Amino acid sequence: MASSIEYTNGIQPSDKWEMILTRKAYGEMLVELGKKNENIVVLDADLAESTYTKFFRAEFPERFVECGIAEQDMMNTAAGLSTFGLIPFLSSYAIFLTGRAWDQARNTVDYSKMNVKIAAAHGGISVGQDGCSHQSMEDLSNMLSLVNMTVLVPADYWETRKMMEWIPTHEGPLYFRLGREKVPTVTSESTPFKPYHTLEAVGGGDGVFIATGLMLSRAVHAAELLAKEGIFSRVLHVPMLKPMNDEEILQAVKETGAVVTIEEHSIYGGLGSLVARLLLSNDVHVPTRIIGIPDIYLMSGKPEELLVKAGLTAENGAAKMKEALALRK
Amino acid sequence: MPTLNLSVEELREKARAIRHDVLVAIHTAKSGHPGGPLSAADYLTALWMNYLNCDPKNPFWPERDRFVLSNGHCSMLLYTLMSHRGLFSRGYLLTFRTVDSRLQGHPSKTSLPGVEVSSGSLGQGLSVAHGMALGARIRGTPERTVFCNCGDGELQEGNIWEAIMHAGHRKTDNLVVSADWNNAQIDGYVENVKNIAPLPEKFRDFGWRTIEADGHDMDDIVRAWNEAVAGTPSRGKGCGQPTAILFKTVMMHGCPTYENIPGWHGRPPKEDEVMHMLNELNYNYNTVDEARAAMGGFQEYDGYGDEDGK
Ligand SMILES: Cc1ncc(C[n+]2csc(CCOP(=O)(O)OP(=O)(O)O)c2C)c(N)n1
Ligand SMILES: [Mg+2]
Repeated sequence: MASSIEYTNGIQPSDKWEMILTRKAYGEMLVELGKKNENIVVLDADLAESTYTKFFRAEFPERFVECGIAEQDMMNTAAGLSTFGLIPFLSSYAIFLTGRAWDQARNTVDYSKMNVKIAAAHGGISVGQDGCSHQSMEDLSNMLSLVNMTVLVPADYWETRKMMEWIPTHEGPLYFRLGREKVPTVTSESTPFKPYHTLEAVGGGDGVFIATGLMLSRAVHAAELLAKEGIFSRVLHVPMLKPMNDEEILQAVKETGAVVTIEEHSIYGGLGSLVARLLLSNDVHVPTRIIGIPDIYLMSGKPEELLVKAGLTAENGAAKMKEALALRK
Repeated sequence: MPTLNLSVEELREKARAIRHDVLVAIHTAKSGHPGGPLSAADYLTALWMNYLNCDPKNPFWPERDRFVLSNGHCSMLLYTLMSHRGLFSRGYLLTFRTVDSRLQGHPSKTSLPGVEVSSGSLGQGLSVAHGMALGARIRGTPERTVFCNCGDGELQEGNIWEAIMHAGHRKTDNLVVSADWNNAQIDGYVENVKNIAPLPEKFRDFGWRTIEADGHDMDDIVRAWNEAVAGTPSRGKGCGQPTAILFKTVMMHGCPTYENIPGWHGRPPKEDEVMHMLNELNYNYNTVDEARAAMGGFQEYDGYGDEDGK
């Protein structure tokens, strides 16, 4: 029996978290990668200031393609560039890339299995004051249903940097979700990013939180709250939603006997849906709670206020885990 | 319904007050887009006060004209125009972008009566406006005019050109679009980001009637709107073409120190900046609170409510 919370893989306790932008890590890494690899080209659609592709634009203007406000054009321009052996990274906000340009992503990029890297800023609802039109709670389901698409959701600054190092070595279409706001550094420089694997963030046997992206911080915090009551829940981070590592998830659920998923995405078609399908189709019947954005449009407001409205809090996570544990056989 | 029928002089003064409210509300929210609203303030003030046929007490009045703000980031301008036309009190503008306010970051049809369609994702409004114009025609009421405003950077969206081709093809003459031709967008000057020129020629080649005007000269603005509506079935004789007014404007117009700087597209002014901007508009306050007080201070929503019907 554990007596205190066990952070693993370099995960930091919540009192050590710093707030940093993931999109900034993206911008910095594009420049580093651009120096090492001349095949890297970057596209943007009038949001270079906001997506931080401005760093790359300043360093390599000849490899930067400004598309103006034309996401459909940008998606297929990237597709065309990739046929010359270039590795295009394109950026805008998640809702416009996976909404306006979805058909281009599906019928051109994904269907033809083209080497296009879609880096989407402003994923989730923590976009805040701009309101519903600029929030994205559908991008993951929009992308997860594409056959060849690899889907990544980094938790924070450090993980974004490590994913970025790996991405150019990956061949094929890839979707990469970044946020708008500063997010807590739950991982540290020593935390590994292992493609095709999940990451254990907190050890424990009293149920497992399965989280992705910004919600890893809420899950770790929920585990801390429970630990104060002598409940030691495991936390598993899923940085790669597709292809997802089914075996690792099944094993964690079987070992802990209860599961709470948490994601900054609609309950339709995101992580919770993936895990539920996985468990049921493998006859793993354990108490399960899915925390995501319920079937509502959110609004303008401070990011934290919106997360509370949607129930994406550590407190809610802890409460749901207790519910699930009470039902555990 | 009569419009306010303001004189050119009164329109100028109204546009100044509208710039005031836009800046104070965005500053108060610490979030929002001042650049576009200040470039479109003059010509949209003229439209909203003197041309748009509406009932401020009943935004769902069936015989109204329609206005679609396709460039939804200029929401604060729309809200201010609505307030000054009499839909709700100015003090409510100060709730912009706060949680549960009807004044969403980008206009939301389901939140605020009078918003004809939600916008914020650029490039979609013109198709919707065109559909409304066709709807009026199919209903046998082409005298209802549909007005739509677009940003010039917004004109880079493909959907815009699909709509322009469509309306030209159908000769939808109860549709009037105004373009805020300020040559500025987020990543810089439009001509450098992705050039949209020659604009009047493009519209004309797609079958549109075009009018060019100085978007900051109220006499020229009134001339342009008069000419535009004279070609619609409501106020004159249907000219058999949709109409585009291309208003040459300057981002942040009215605050000379800040004019024509694309960086002001979406940055809220800080306290010293907003005080200076207001000063350049000839409002001399000691504190922003005085400016808020001039708007009536924070007020509850007092416009048409969901409970009133609809
Ligand atoms: C489909 C879509 N892509 C991108 C954006 C982000 N965005 C908001 S405003 C804007 C620039 C608009 O430029 P313009 O129409 O010239 O407006 P102005 O800056 O003059 O107000 C961009 C790229 C958006 N809202 N919608
Ligand atoms: Mg512009």
